[in-house]
Amino acid sequence: MHYTLNVNGQDHSVDVDEDTPLLWVLRDAMNLKGTRYGCGAGLCGACTVHIDGQPVQSCQMPVSSLGTSKIVTIEAIGDTPIGKRVTEAWLKIDVMQCGYCQGGQIMAAAALLAQNPKPSDGDIVTAMEGHLCRCGTYLRIKQAIKLAAEGG
Amino acid sequence: MLPSQLKKRMAGLKPSRRAFLLVSAAAGGALVVGYYTLGRGKARKDGALNAFVTIAPDNAVTLVAKNPEIGQGVKTMLPMLIAEELDVDWRQVNIEQADFDPENFENQYAGGSMATVENYTPLRQIGAATRFVLVQAAAQQWGVPASECTTEAGVVHHAAGKSTLYGALVKAAAKLKAPDLKAVKLKDPKNYRIIGKPIVGIDSAKLVRGAPLFGIDVEVPGMLYAVFHKCPVFGGSVKSANLDEIKKLPGIKDAFIVTGARAHVFEAEGGSVSTGLLPGIAIVADSWWRAQKARDSLKVVWDEGPYAHHSSEFFAKSADGLLAKDPAWVYRKDGDPAAALKTAAKTIEARYDYPFLAHVTLEPQNCTAHVANGTCEFWAPTQVPEAAIGLIAGTLGVKEKDVVIHITRSGGGFGRRLMNDYMVEAGWISQHVGAPVKLLWSREDDVQHDFYRPAGWHKIKGGLDASGKIVAWQHAFVSFGKGHEFASCAGLDPGSYPAGHVPNLSFGTSLIQTGVPMGPLRAPSENAMVWVFQSFLDELAHAAGKDPMDFAIALLGKPETKPVGLETFSAARTLGVLAKVRAMSGWGRKLPARTGLGVAFSFCHLGYAAEAVEAAVAKDGTVTLNKVWAAVDVGRQIVNPMGAENQAQGSIIDGLAHALTEKITFANGRTVQSNFDGHSPLTMRQAPPVEIAFVTSDNDPTGLGEPAMPPVIPALTNAIFAATGKRVRSLPIDPAMLAG
Ligand code: FES
Ligand code: FES
Repeated sequence: MHYTLNVNGQDHSVDVDEDTPLLWVLRDAMNLKGTRYGCGAGLCGACTVHIDGQPVQSCQMPVSSLGTSKIVTIEAIGDTPIGKRVTEAWLKIDVMQCGYCQGGQIMAAAALLAQNPKPSDGDIVTAMEGHLCRCGTYLRIKQAIKLAAEGG
Repeated sequence: MLPSQLKKRMAGLKPSRRAFLLVSAAAGGALVVGYYTLGRGKARKDGALNAFVTIAPDNAVTLVAKNPEIGQGVKTMLPMLIAEELDVDWRQVNIEQADFDPENFENQYAGGSMATVENYTPLRQIGAATRFVLVQAAAQQWGVPASECTTEAGVVHHAAGKSTLYGALVKAAAKLKAPDLKAVKLKDPKNYRIIGKPIVGIDSAKLVRGAPLFGIDVEVPGMLYAVFHKCPVFGGSVKSANLDEIKKLPGIKDAFIVTGARAHVFEAEGGSVSTGLLPGIAIVADSWWRAQKARDSLKVVWDEGPYAHHSSEFFAKSADGLLAKDPAWVYRKDGDPAAALKTAAKTIEARYDYPFLAHVTLEPQNCTAHVANGTCEFWAPTQVPEAAIGLIAGTLGVKEKDVVIHITRSGGGFGRRLMNDYMVEAGWISQHVGAPVKLLWSREDDVQHDFYRPAGWHKIKGGLDASGKIVAWQHAFVSFGKGHEFASCAGLDPGSYPAGHVPNLSFGTSLIQTGVPMGPLRAPSENAMVWVFQSFLDELAHAAGKDPMDFAIALLGKPETKPVGLETFSAARTLGVLAKVRAMSGWGRKLPARTGLGVAFSFCHLGYAAEAVEAAVAKDGTVTLNKVWAAVDVGRQIVNPMGAENQAQGSIIDGLAHALTEKITFANGRTVQSNFDGHSPLTMRQAPPVEIAFVTSDNDPTGLGEPAMPPVIPALTNAIFAATGKRVRSLPIDPAMLAG
């Protein structure tokens, strides 16, 4: 099936089966590898993208359900003012260990700060629920979100 | 340790503490600490002074990171060592990941927390030797003695005011004879400008933009995608499958049965495990999603093999039966524990058990292989490419020298990627279809086809004399293996503390044979054993009516006055980390009701860690972790404090998942869990604040991937005892047992 998707501000046409999850469309049809596969079951958050500003697990979104919604991925989030603050904070704290989960973590953090510019510890934990980091960088993730909230 | 070392140790009981060694039978030799050469063997690009260092005319420095980066920070840390002695500005440094290249590099693996141990001095020597030839070249150009020249940030200066960039000296320097690496003079550490400074990971800026650095991100022109469907029962094989139907599905290029090839023996940590190509069905498609989806239509008739009746219940029942008898094999015996127990003033007995665990690296196993038309090329997240070479060559019938391995960044390792089974699968499938193939395991494949951390069941009897000193320790455990040969990582080190500190002590085991694959998981063996030992020591402290911290310090005895060497347990270093954690945690302070402080320590992979946990237990049994404190001694120098703190914190979070959430079980010969809902790493909500302090001691620096991990588990369960009087003797912690 033929689909036109709006990704990172541009329309792209792809030819994929209608049940293909957005995750695999991004990774394998559009060669945007920053959105990552961790579980394929909505359990880890590694595949998080923004759909019309909301954080969404792309492994759970069939391409046929997307319509004309605007999709933003980790490759472009740093170009938004909030995304820039978040990624800069991530670098200042050097959150990463292996880094595999961090795209999803950054997407969730940027969505949180867009809705709640000064989140409490409790708000952060709630917003980041479902974002696993196998390397255990949670303390630095929290620190980086707070730093970004303070303006970076 | 190796089986041979284990045997030697059992004969002589020399507490050698070589933390990690591995061999690959087909690769033919042990990976051992070796001497480096500057590596000028191969034709190189312009500006290359040796295998590690290239300097461009504009003074841009490119350093090679030779080891696999699995999140432990070596891609940054190892080049820091070269850059320091080369005397360049870190901001002018680019880093390139090396391919597997035994001609030029040694010890190209990630395991056993060995990167610092093996490279700390050799890589500084590489940097210093490179600087030496640059200085020589400048001195010759200026006609002055080299001794009058100094360097700073990529520039050679002469006392008379002349100076020149390294980049302008490369041509001349490349013609000079390299000095003997061992003879080069290294900097006084007080002059370090890079080592010891917090340096941001070299890939971090790329990672926050989603750059394609991982194995799963590899793209090769003309590449197809594959899944490999193995028998869910360990030891099973394929009888038949509806391949014709599968081949008709959209996008499917091929579907075929793999009968499996010779087992390959991988030895690690006192046991061996077979790895290699298991039987299964390969499905190759024009997209991974289509290959994966085709599995829904797959109908396979399996031969389930000899272990289909194995289950967690079967193992537990077997362990019960075996613990009721004397151990089949007593491999350490000091004094006469049975007699000492009879005459002890007080005796206690306890049983402990812990489950199998999976690695669940967040990036599932994958490999891209191109084995066709004389090419034999691999792109893989692997911790030990050297072992992959033998496995691939032996299974695919190609020559070892023709196998090219590109090391990608790994989305976590934790020991899983020492096995390389996914590499040989990708190679086989590519060879069969004659095209480049990316094999990606689903998360379900990953959870159900791991080399699991072995479960274990322990029974310990301890005896105290009238003064509260331990006089007897009789320890039997049930583990896995065959005869007197442990399964990989299923053994208990005969030198385990408190061996040597208790006059009458024995370790004995009985082994269950199974088809479940086992292998190294971060801090192998210690990740379970430290919990058992440090818990029972806490039980003995309470039985003796002593404060657990004071009891631990008393048992350690007098600190040695001379260094004992890296591989020997040091009471002095243990006392050092205990004293630090005592101060950090405010040990002995008054705590609210149902809140407790627990402590534990370990010597693991050459590092010392003492950790304290403050935990509160609610009436319904819910455990809240208030805080963790860790004091860690890995020698005189932390190379990159930025990464070091992250590693230590991450190890502790990892250990807490062992304590609280993770457990693999088996039924009908297969793994019950299949995704993160059944086997979850810790979440942010569960993660407590963790405070790390590094205690420096005058010892060579050692690694940090593992040492901080083991003690947090017993520190937590000891804290729970302090809070409730209830002893956790089975992992993961069952809150129901703590209610009331
Ligand atoms: S891959 Fe989508 S939530 Fe894990
Ligand atoms: S940094 Fe490795 S999974 Fe989060």
